[in-house]
Amino acid sequence: MSQPDILNQAFELGFTYTRSTGPVVGRFLTELKKRNIVGIKASDGRVVVPPMEYDPDTAEALSDFVAVGQEGEVVSFAWVKHPREAHPMDKPFAWALIKLDGADVPMVHCIAAKQESDVSTGARVKAVWADDTIGFITDIRCFELVKE
Amino acid sequence: MSEEKSMSEQHEIITGIEAPIYLKYNFTAGAAPTRFLAQLKKGKLTGQCRAEPGAPVYVPPRGSCPATGLPTEQEVEVSDKATVQSFTIVHIPIPGNPIEPPFVVANLVADGANISFIHLMSECDNAEVHIGQRVQAIWKPEDEWDYAMDNIKYFKPIDEPDVPVEQIGKLPVTGLEG
Repeated sequence: MSQPDILNQAFELGFTYTRSTGPVVGRFLTELKKRNIVGIKASDGRVVVPPMEYDPDTAEALSDFVAVGQEGEVVSFAWVKHPREAHPMDKPFAWALIKLDGADVPMVHCIAAKQESDVSTGARVKAVWADDTIGFITDIRCFELVKE
Repeated sequence: MSEEKSMSEQHEIITGIEAPIYLKYNFTAGAAPTRFLAQLKKGKLTGQCRAEPGAPVYVPPRGSCPATGLPTEQEVEVSDKATVQSFTIVHIPIPGNPIEPPFVVANLVADGANISFIHLMSECDNAEVHIGQRVQAIWKPEDEWDYAMDNIKYFKPIDEPDVPVEQIGKLPVTGLEG
């Protein structure tokens, strides 16, 4: 019998998890759906975005939500030349730590820009909202550079 | 700020998110399983063994003999009758599979083979499934045959005497009668 060609087949293993968000992250996502960004005030007065459930120093439960701005400053960034399937954009973009106005801690999100040299530490960026917001981090589609 | 007000206007509070993880593989059958699957596409269950008399027959074959490490170059057709070596009754569904729980998953040894493979049992009373029970393949219609073990829909009990435990995995291709 002749040797058939080696057989190949695509195979996908899926773990279809759902996660409970709890009152703090749930509030953050609920606000995103309404196109607001909220942080939470820690015991030392810092505003943490996204909000965290427990104080980083005292471990006390936190509940003092604070609205922050939709613009902010790039604290650091990494340019992605070759986006992968799971990435939020299908063309080159930047992952960035963005400190929103009114926040004391930067948060990770992506920046849409034409090229790497357009992005710099200290640059001003603003949130771009998705057409339909559903209560997920991708409700902020990306940040884009604010033209000075 | 008017946060409390805006919260009260909000009817739908987010309490959960979907966070699936998908692992995408490209499965390559390899040379020996490819030969096995090519025969299966023709409706034949085959094993492989070393080219020497009395060498153990592996179904499904992986290309080498685990006892000696030598390649299993010889192909042997085995029966689609088999013996239950062990089994379990499953009470949760298989995603994407129409079979309804509770169903039986069994380690079956085909007549002429010396190791078991895993398959489904059906058209049986789950409570009466037992080690040593005789079963036979129920095949899909021929025009649906592909390079796949599920060309066999399931195995169904047949009216033959039980195989004593010490003989399971040692039957010739003709079964107990042979």
